[in-house]
Amino acid sequence: MIEKLKEILVEELDVEMEAVTLEAKFKEDLEADSLDMMQLVMEIEEEFEIEVETEELATILTVGDLVAYIEKKQA
Amino acid sequence: MIHAEILGIGSYAPEAVMSNVDLEKIVETSDEWIQSRTGIVNRHISEGENTSDLAMKAAIAALKDAGMEPEELDMILLATITPDHLSPSTAALVQKKIGAKNAVAMDVSAGCTGFIYLLDLARNLIASGSYQKILVIGAEVLSKHIDWTDRNTCILFGDGAGAAVISKSERNGIQDTNIYTDGDMNDLIVIPTKSVKNPLGAIEAEYHALAMKGQDVFKFATKVVTKSLKEIMKAHELTNDDIRWVVPHQANKRIIDFAASKLKMDPEKFYMNLDEYGNTSAASIPLALSEMKQKGLLVKGDKILLVGFGAGLTWGTALIEW
Repeated sequence: MIEKLKEILVEELDVEMEAVTLEAKFKEDLEADSLDMMQLVMEIEEEFEIEVETEELATILTVGDLVAYIEKKQA
Repeated sequence: MIHAEILGIGSYAPEAVMSNVDLEKIVETSDEWIQSRTGIVNRHISEGENTSDLAMKAAIAALKDAGMEPEELDMILLATITPDHLSPSTAALVQKKIGAKNAVAMDVSAGCTGFIYLLDLARNLIASGSYQKILVIGAEVLSKHIDWTDRNTCILFGDGAGAAVISKSERNGIQDTNIYTDGDMNDLIVIPTKSVKNPLGAIEAEYHALAMKGQDVFKFATKVVTKSLKEIMKAHELTNDDIRWVVPHQANKRIIDFAASKLKMDPEKFYMNLDEYGNTSAASIPLALSEMKQKGLLVKGDKILLVGFGAGLTWGTALIEW
């Protein structure tokens, strides 16, 4: 799942693969704004067949947070 | 089969322009921030003209373009979410202002999809045989309902109007229209009216000005734009190559670019003028069409798709052969 997620992040946020670490912060390190995050959400919902609540997005700050969120939703 | 076509089109926007730099003086924002998140640079703002004034000027331009007298109209349909009054309708005021004494007049409230709703109504009313020459107008003075201290919303909207004369025709100009509503998400974009307050009880209105859940709107908008355009193209066996222009509701460049990439369509086919006008709600599509006509971008025979989305939630598409 992490590999696929990394691919999506590289594509949607237009960043280098090396930049996508679990510690990377979306806003500060990957320069994602609120609409980038929504594009990301839509791709993730399609790929991993989950529903992401917009209110919960505020708690997802790093790539690691997103991995944990997807794992929880898929469980 | 009775067909309908657009005989004339016109628009009007107030002269006064507020740029992003002007907004920097009012709220904490920046030209760079607004442009990168919305694509908007300027918006035209009323210095006192109301919705019916803007509508009248667009209507006169559309009638002139159609080479028609106002008395020939048998109906005026006006889409707005910012009427002059709750009652009477803004359409009735326009009827008087342009002298369309033979036209029945009414308003339609369908958020930013208003103009597509009107095209659907006009096309079907003409097909029914009951009406022959319908003036459809999208007109808004959104600046009345904006909280000018809220930097999340005041940067997005502008005032303007666009109008089209739809006529019974032997030519199949407006080839298809599809309109949709999903009331489940009615709270994503709200313009409030008065609170309930009378001798028997009171309920405070939830909002005091236009309120919008921007991220959810982005998600909704990109989804329905993509889905509904795919559906109308499939229904008419059209490919991306068959389409000369897509004229989307001018809300946000990021919505339009994302939808274009999802549809694998050349983004150059998506006409945009939101940099100059911001989001003018029901006025945005006819305002864009009118500008395109003036620039000579609309060529007879071109297949054009219109797509709107907005409060309700509402959305809709139209297929036009110019």
